[in-house]
Amino acid sequence: MRPASTMKLSRIVPLLAAGLLMLPAAAMAKGMPQLDFSTPLTLSQVVWGAIIFIVLYIMLSKTGLPMVASVLEERATKIAKDLNEARAAKARADAGMAEADQATAKARAESQAAINVALEEAKNAAAAQAETLNARLEKQLHDAETQIAQARASAMSAIRQVATETAATVVARLTGMSPNSAQVENAVSSALAARGIG
Amino acid sequence: MAAEGSNSIDALGQFQLHSALGAVGGSVNFTQSNLMMVIASVGVLAFLYLGMKPRAMVPGRLQAAAELGYETIMSMCLETIGGHEGKKFFPFVFTLFFFILFGNLLGVFPLFFTFTSHVMVTLALSLTVFILVTVVGIKEHGLHWFTYFVPQGIPKALAPLMVTIEVISYLSRIISLSVRLFANMMAGHVMLEVFGSFIVMLGGLGLLGYFPAALSLGVNTLLIGFELLVATLQAYVFAILTCIYLHDAVHLH
Repeated sequence: MRPASTMKLSRIVPLLAAGLLMLPAAAMAKGMPQLDFSTPLTLSQVVWGAIIFIVLYIMLSKTGLPMVASVLEERATKIAKDLNEARAAKARADAGMAEADQATAKARAESQAAINVALEEAKNAAAAQAETLNARLEKQLHDAETQIAQARASAMSAIRQVATETAATVVARLTGMSPNSAQVENAVSSALAARGIG
Repeated sequence: MAAEGSNSIDALGQFQLHSALGAVGGSVNFTQSNLMMVIASVGVLAFLYLGMKPRAMVPGRLQAAAELGYETIMSMCLETIGGHEGKKFFPFVFTLFFFILFGNLLGVFPLFFTFTSHVMVTLALSLTVFILVTVVGIKEHGLHWFTYFVPQGIPKALAPLMVTIEVISYLSRIISLSVRLFANMMAGHVMLEVFGSFIVMLGGLGLLGYFPAALSLGVNTLLIGFELLVATLQAYVFAILTCIYLHDAVHLH
């Protein structure tokens, strides 16, 4: 029944033993007052004790303990209520969160679609522009080529005349007599044909 | 707790009863033991009333102590006796525990009387428990309750012997419950008295006695701390044994 004592009191065991040895001699001789029934007080204290105990029991069970119980109950209900409120608030917050997530996802999808549309439009516009530009360039190229061909043709026809006149002049200077124009023209024609120009 | 004579130690004088509250108390044989019971009871009630007065959601120290006392005994009842019955007997166990606890603890103070050091008082308490347990058992189970004394699975030939032993062990609860508390409290106070007397007697011897007197003072200091432990422990033991006996009465084994 007294486990803690053995260690703590191990040093003073001799003193304890001395004290205990003196006990019976000094004290027991008189007998224990607890068992002294020559005085009515030994039993009267039990009667009074019973009355006091019963009064204490009634006061505790009727007022004291219900008081504690009511406070504990009040606290338990308060805690339960607060917990419920917190749970409801959390549910609300979760719902709001989900809503926000949904809205974000929707907005993202919408913006993505808008981006796609805009991109497509821009692409189409760019393609159309490139086409017209190409067509214009093509036309310019064609025009230029035609002009070049015309210039070339007119230049070619001029060459024959220049060559004929130059040949007639050169012959006239060298021989001193003007050549037959038909002969010169033939010679020039054959020379030009030989060079692949005429 | 002073020694009465210089040469003999009157270790038991402290347990002598005398009437309290003057002539009125004397005429109805109201003893100092009963006065301490009243003080202990008022202490218990004050502990609850003053403690729970704030009715605070977050308890202060005294309220926390009162609630702790309530919840400790409540859980002891619920766990040991069991659900519904535990709640029913809770006020009784609470009263028992705190009556004994305050009686034990107040007894450690100088000049205060320890009513739990009187075997008649503890016997009355243990008889109350015993009668309650028996009445509860018979009320709960009727005649079937008497099978409590017949251990299961014993040979028929051994039955009379076993029943006798069981009945004796059941009856001896009265003695063991009361004597355990009474003897613990009495022994502690006798020890305190003896070493207290040593201090006075050895101190009176002059220079040579100072050291052993100081040693006795040290021992008494340790004993006081030890008594506080025993006071609490014995109140707890009384209450938990009551719970166990009530469990047996309610559930039969």
